[in-house]
Amino acid sequence: MKWRKIEYPLKTFFVKFNNIFNLKSLFKEKNKGDLTFELVCAAIASSILIILALMFIMIIKEAWLSITTYGIEFIFGTEWIPYSLGNEKPVFSALPLIWGTLVTSTIALLISVPISLGVALALSEFSGKRFNYVVSALVELLAAIPSVVYGLWGIFILIPFLKSHVYPFLQQVFYFLPFFQGRIHGPSVMTGSIVLSIMILPTIAAVMRDVFSSVPKSQREAIISLGATRWETAKLVIQYSKIGVIGAIMLGLGRAVGETMAITMVIGNSFNLFTSLFEPGYTLSSIIANEFTEASSPPEYLSALMEIGLILLILALVINSIAQVVVRYYSKRVSR
Amino acid sequence: MEELKIMTLEESMEKRKPKIKIENLNAWFGNSHILKNISLEIPEKSITAIIGPSGCGKTTLLRCLNRMHELTPNAKVSGKVIIDGENIYDNNVDPVLIRRKIGMVFQRPIPFPTMSIYDNVAIGLKLNGVKDHKTINTIVKKCLELSHLWNEVKNRLNESPLTLSGGQQQRLCIARALAVGPEILLMDEPTSALDPLATVKIEKLIRELKKDYTIVIVTHNMQQALRVSDYVAFLYLGELIEFGESKEIFSNPKHPLTKNYLHGKFS
Amino acid sequence: MLIADSIKERMNREYKVRKLKSKVMITCSFLALILALIPLFSVLIEVILRGAPVISISFLVKRIPPMGQPGGGIGPAIQGTLIIIALTSLIGVPIGVFSGIYLAEYDDNWFASMIRFISDVMTNIPSIVAGIFGWATIVLTIGWSVIAGAVALAILMIPVITRTTEEIIRMVPDEIREAALALGLPKWKVTLNIVLNNAKKGIATGVLLALARIAGETAPLLLTILGSRFWIRSLTEPATALPLIIFNFSQSPYSSVDWPRAWGATFVLILMVLVINIIVRYLTREKY
Repeated sequence: MKWRKIEYPLKTFFVKFNNIFNLKSLFKEKNKGDLTFELVCAAIASSILIILALMFIMIIKEAWLSITTYGIEFIFGTEWIPYSLGNEKPVFSALPLIWGTLVTSTIALLISVPISLGVALALSEFSGKRFNYVVSALVELLAAIPSVVYGLWGIFILIPFLKSHVYPFLQQVFYFLPFFQGRIHGPSVMTGSIVLSIMILPTIAAVMRDVFSSVPKSQREAIISLGATRWETAKLVIQYSKIGVIGAIMLGLGRAVGETMAITMVIGNSFNLFTSLFEPGYTLSSIIANEFTEASSPPEYLSALMEIGLILLILALVINSIAQVVVRYYSKRVSR
Repeated sequence: MEELKIMTLEESMEKRKPKIKIENLNAWFGNSHILKNISLEIPEKSITAIIGPSGCGKTTLLRCLNRMHELTPNAKVSGKVIIDGENIYDNNVDPVLIRRKIGMVFQRPIPFPTMSIYDNVAIGLKLNGVKDHKTINTIVKKCLELSHLWNEVKNRLNESPLTLSGGQQQRLCIARALAVGPEILLMDEPTSALDPLATVKIEKLIRELKKDYTIVIVTHNMQQALRVSDYVAFLYLGELIEFGESKEIFSNPKHPLTKNYLHGKFS
Repeated sequence: MLIADSIKERMNREYKVRKLKSKVMITCSFLALILALIPLFSVLIEVILRGAPVISISFLVKRIPPMGQPGGGIGPAIQGTLIIIALTSLIGVPIGVFSGIYLAEYDDNWFASMIRFISDVMTNIPSIVAGIFGWATIVLTIGWSVIAGAVALAILMIPVITRTTEEIIRMVPDEIREAALALGLPKWKVTLNIVLNNAKKGIATGVLLALARIAGETAPLLLTILGSRFWIRSLTEPATALPLIIFNFSQSPYSSVDWPRAWGATFVLILMVLVINIIVRYLTREKY
């Protein structure tokens, strides 16, 4: 009987599969209606997984042409020529973009982390409940303003201000540093970094504030009873929640890397491995936003943009995953 | 309710001067009037236990002595607490300075988890500006010896305090409080979170400490009060009902409420 | 053992310095707070000053003229934003809410933990990548369309709603579930009818907040709805929306005509976003 021959290996396969993934534990409901409901909910919940997988598949498919044409040179090259000059083929590469993303994110963190620390401490340690509630709402409003609005504000208000009052001053004082030299452009890497820092500040500050607020009262009382000042008590709070603070910073970095519109509008959009912060620059996200609609031909153009999207996706996923791991680890330690 | 102040106060006070004079102390939390007109003198270099049913204000009284009560939102205090001739509630007195002169040990051991055992004891000194390593070393060692913890931790001073048992952690907290050189120690039910063996060790420690320190201990355990204290203050619903030498109070309470409490009629 | 008097002297001297340091640092924190809020006020003030004068009934309802041509309005952009928000919610809310129910009610296994982790990571995904997804799936099959835009935005919306729904449902007290189960109701009825009812308000506020965020997203739209000047007649055609049109106007060389329009559109968008945020704040205020 042929059926017997198939049945036995099938059964063993399912049992083995079940044992590996422990599927039985997923479905503990005995009642039919409950089982159906659980299956339906699980299926819907798995959509996020499917979306992520599809995203990778789609992007890799579209980027495949570029990946195979340019290979590893793509990541280290510095040329962007979207057309054919005579016999020369178009060239695309990503190093200045990766450089731009990293530099803007780093400077944004350097600016916003200290300020966020101050904001979080002022709200959780140095002020009363009412003040905390009202002002926290204001800080959250900062996060509610859309990226494109910050871009618009950046173009028409921030850039003129920086160009006439701040940048010349910076150049005078720090003339010896290579990244403040050269001609000052309004739309520049520095402007992009500053706008970025404004946008990630509410995220970092809110997480830090929550982290500080959840430090147990007993710790604070213990050090106050030794005669500590308010600032010294705050230092203890920070030390106790160090890991949570790192989580907040990583979350900010994750957002910084993915930010698109505001940066595109103020960074100058110039494909250039810049040395001075006053030069215009480009980031992984802003090149896609800026050049996507023009990339109809040659086919390598669009594909290169897709490969950049892939790099951006991987970068963002890695940073955000690390951030989530740090945040989860901290929550576990605190609840011990 | 009539208050019968016990006159044995003067008799026992012959030997000891008052370290802390509490005069007409009142404390509120929001609208509840928690401490009502408490007047009390705590003798020096002895152990005074504050006993009474739960919720009668024992912990609040203790926290008023080092100006910790006012840190709670909606808390208010009036009256005087005079330590060494100085009213700590005076307008121009800085509470931070007061707290350094008074040590506090809490109900549950609260070591600082991000610091080593050594640093936990040294933190008070470092905060207050003592920088000389040798001085800090000496004081840390002395305090750990005083708390009977030195021999158990001398080889692992750099480890995390979370590796210590509950009783050891509480002794660490006592050492930490001693390090800044207070003359008064306030203890809020210091053994209620510990097992009987650890409790015995700490009670022994407290009895030794009274040679040099004025100790005020809140406890809901009457046997402990009997074992450990020289003087007892009985609080009921925020009022001081009776105060005197423990031997007297426990064998011969004068006030009916005290009698009822000691005989277990309410807790 | 009491501390030597010389050490006490030392501590007393230090004390003045420490007190001063504390005051200085506290002042610095509040200065940081002020510094952080300056951009907020600057943006709001500028939007009002530059955008409000542009607003009129005709601005809100007329169709979009070509770049540089005066007159007309941003009607199709407002229509676009409203339609896209609605369509995105249609896709994103059911998926997000049921995912949240799954994570809250059927938790203790590795699958739920994994889904939760992925959702948390996806809440911070770069919006332009969501746009790429919308382009690669819908635009390449159907073409530049409103549907593509809604799909791209739904990807941004789903993880956020999943997590807020999960949090809210977890807050429903167990006693309510147990009371219902004790009446003999199956778990799925308890969840759908009773637990969900209790969590309605929280879930609604979560959705509103997600909507406010989606309304302002531009990058995904750049790659999906392409932009258009005309009223939307079909969901499978290109369209425009408020954030997109703000971006377009800002890049226009016809500064005197188009730039004020950008501010006007910004005014409308900000108003929409702020109103939603304030409503949510009001609904979730703590009763003192």
